[in-house]
Amino acid sequence: MSETHAQTVAFVRETMIPEQEPPLTERGVMKWLRENLFSGWVNILLTLVSVVVIWAALSHVLPWAFRGIWVADNLNQCREIRDATYGPGVAAACWAVITERWPQLMFGFYPAELYWRPVLAFIVFLVAILPVLFTELPRKMLWFSVAAPFIAYWMIWGGSLWGPIVVASGFVLGFFAFTIGSRVIGNLVGVLAAIVLPLLYWLFLAGSLTDALSSVLPLAIEHVDSKQMGGFMLAIIIGVSGIILSLPLGILLALGRQSDLFFINKVSVGFIEMIRGVPLIVWLFTASLLLNYFLPPGTNFDLMLRVIIMVTLFSSAYIAEVIRGGLAALPKGQYEAADALGLDYWKSMRLIILPQSLKISIPGIVSTFIGLFKDTTLVVFIGLLDPIGLTNSIRATTDWNGVYWELFVFVGLLFFVFCFSMGQYSLFLEKKLRREHR
Amino acid sequence: MSVMTEPPSQGFRLSQLLYDTRYRSLTIQVVAMVLLMLMLSWLLSNVIHNLQELGKDFDFGFLWSRAGYDINQRLIEYNTSCEVNGEIVNSVCSHARAATVGILNTLLVAVLGCALATVLGVIAGVLRLSNNWLVAKLMAVYVEGFRNVPLLLWIILIFALMTESMPAPRAFRGDTPEASMILDAIAVTNRGIYIPGINFASPFFDSGYLNWLLIVVVLIASIYAITLINHSATVKQEATGIRPTTWYINLAVFFLPAGILMVLMGAHLNFPYLKGFNFTEGVHLRNSLIALWIALSLYTGAFIAEIVRAGIMAISKGQSEAAYALGLRPGTTMNLVILPQALRVIIPPLISQYLNLTKNSSLAIAVGYMDVRSTLGGITINQTGRELEGMLLLGLFYLVTSLVISSAMNFYNNSVKLKER
Repeated sequence: MSETHAQTVAFVRETMIPEQEPPLTERGVMKWLRENLFSGWVNILLTLVSVVVIWAALSHVLPWAFRGIWVADNLNQCREIRDATYGPGVAAACWAVITERWPQLMFGFYPAELYWRPVLAFIVFLVAILPVLFTELPRKMLWFSVAAPFIAYWMIWGGSLWGPIVVASGFVLGFFAFTIGSRVIGNLVGVLAAIVLPLLYWLFLAGSLTDALSSVLPLAIEHVDSKQMGGFMLAIIIGVSGIILSLPLGILLALGRQSDLFFINKVSVGFIEMIRGVPLIVWLFTASLLLNYFLPPGTNFDLMLRVIIMVTLFSSAYIAEVIRGGLAALPKGQYEAADALGLDYWKSMRLIILPQSLKISIPGIVSTFIGLFKDTTLVVFIGLLDPIGLTNSIRATTDWNGVYWELFVFVGLLFFVFCFSMGQYSLFLEKKLRREHR
Repeated sequence: MSVMTEPPSQGFRLSQLLYDTRYRSLTIQVVAMVLLMLMLSWLLSNVIHNLQELGKDFDFGFLWSRAGYDINQRLIEYNTSCEVNGEIVNSVCSHARAATVGILNTLLVAVLGCALATVLGVIAGVLRLSNNWLVAKLMAVYVEGFRNVPLLLWIILIFALMTESMPAPRAFRGDTPEASMILDAIAVTNRGIYIPGINFASPFFDSGYLNWLLIVVVLIASIYAITLINHSATVKQEATGIRPTTWYINLAVFFLPAGILMVLMGAHLNFPYLKGFNFTEGVHLRNSLIALWIALSLYTGAFIAEIVRAGIMAISKGQSEAAYALGLRPGTTMNLVILPQALRVIIPPLISQYLNLTKNSSLAIAVGYMDVRSTLGGITINQTGRELEGMLLLGLFYLVTSLVISSAMNFYNNSVKLKER
């Protein structure tokens, strides 16, 4: 075959040509640029516009930020240094406001000699949250996580150690009441005992027990009033307590809304819709203006506690809606299978329904948490000094009157870091829990 | 239930209330109801007791007493001549009127915000899916930046940007001014933005907003007429297979009646100009409104961008391929195949974003915009000392607004959701 072919064709190549590189426009950086930035006239236009936008933003912000002055006592000094270094009128950030007011931005008006306490409480919180976030860690660390809220509370507010211990022992009492009651008499009685006994204990016994114990052995550190707290410490305290408390409440509300019991269902729906229909700021004003009307005369409790309760109720309604979506997304067969196994309501929820529906709802839950953390800034309107409130009070001093952008950039960046990392964790968790495509 | 065996002949025992599943749910509900009633009555008795102790009563009569404060931004007349306590008073209005002005201001910023947020969100969401790497990354930065920083900070930041970085009105003065108006019509100053307004030379009504109301009514009627025209075109298409061209009729029906009405009323543009130390005439958009509007739109736009992106990505590629295989053109594919399915995914979360925007507009307090929270829930409460009644009304307003919007959403949801048969 090849011989006949050789006679009819003038030239036959007998060796392969070495492989050539693709043309310049079809490889490497050039190809990437062509495909991703200049593939058509619309794309070219978009690229040019974005380059102009990016250039316009960065050419203003970057020199301003990098010329920044880090050490100065007040704005005038900052401007003098700037005039001496770069010449008058050159845009230069005055980061000195942040270095000088750093403790205030972090802790508000917390006593300076006690700064170690909130820091320690934050470390306790980090250690406690790690085994919850990452299941690879030893499970025994969870015992520390259970104790951590009480330790952190004692570290931040101070006072007698017996207060948190006595309150914590109420939970232990409830646990024992549940186990013993349900074993001896029945499940329902156990649950009732676990609710009623600790409540009675907290209402009638806890106060005098604390006093008695602290008169025997004081064990107290200096008490700090919550009026003195502010800055990111305040945002983190409100945000973290709201997040921790609103998840269980949200789950209960979601179960209530899905419940067959007519009354429970209607109450849950009414509560959720009422909370969600009104802005958080109105609820916060309600907490600060109206709460005294609803409590027995003479009761007056901490504004921060009121805010935490309001924020918790608010975000629990949102979480309930997110989880309801997860519950509704489960195929009906799951519920029926749980019933067929003979599990009672709580067991089927705990072992079959909730693990799956919570997994579906993770993105929604985390974005609710992010929203809650961002919303902690609203407490500035009822007189708590959150980071944004502090920027106002820092600007009100004669030293720093006229500083705007540095403080905004700093506060914004810190919030961004917190919220963005929460979002990234939720992506990580979603990936880890994904079972379908392994 | 019909196959259930006869119940045991034993009579009813009290323990059945706890252990019999037929009665237990009833027991639980009754117990919960009693507990809730107890709690509510405890709260109510506290309220009554506290009110008595303070010497206050529960009365909404304060709404019709005179509100001695001014509201710098208003859509309806306020503090010109009003009815207070049943008599016409000059230059003072009642608290109810002030609350109405506030409600309209809230709705104004909510509507403006929803419109701009939708535009920004759709653009950002589509561009984030673009093949252009730079644009996609830029939009990602926008979305993440706005989603992860508190809205309050953005509002204050944009307000500071307006008041600190914009030229003062006096910069527009002189032969060689430092600043100049855009197209000789729009002046951006540190006191707000001045844009041309529309004045009527021969209005039908004395009060300005009634004229505008008339125009809006005419526009709504035109839109209704357009839907009728489109419907008849569809009927004709289904009968004959050929769709009559309607776009020019639609355009005419939309613009002509309102245009004729405006010409009849003698509408003309009214440009702002510098007079003394400030601009006069035209429409003055205050910094508070601008800051709130822009910040709300940018913030909500970032969330809408994610919703739009998710909606488009949720439609599998096979849908458009199938449409092309049927011979549909790209435009028709988008209209008849992609959009109806994507909208089903997009609309419910979109409307809940609208709801969020409306509720977030209560952050107006940060920049002193006179919305319903600042009038009814702020100055009125401070002046009259009626916290309970004021907050109740404020809460009711927001509750009714969101219930109306969410029931509209549920109605829409039910009409477009997949009909499973």
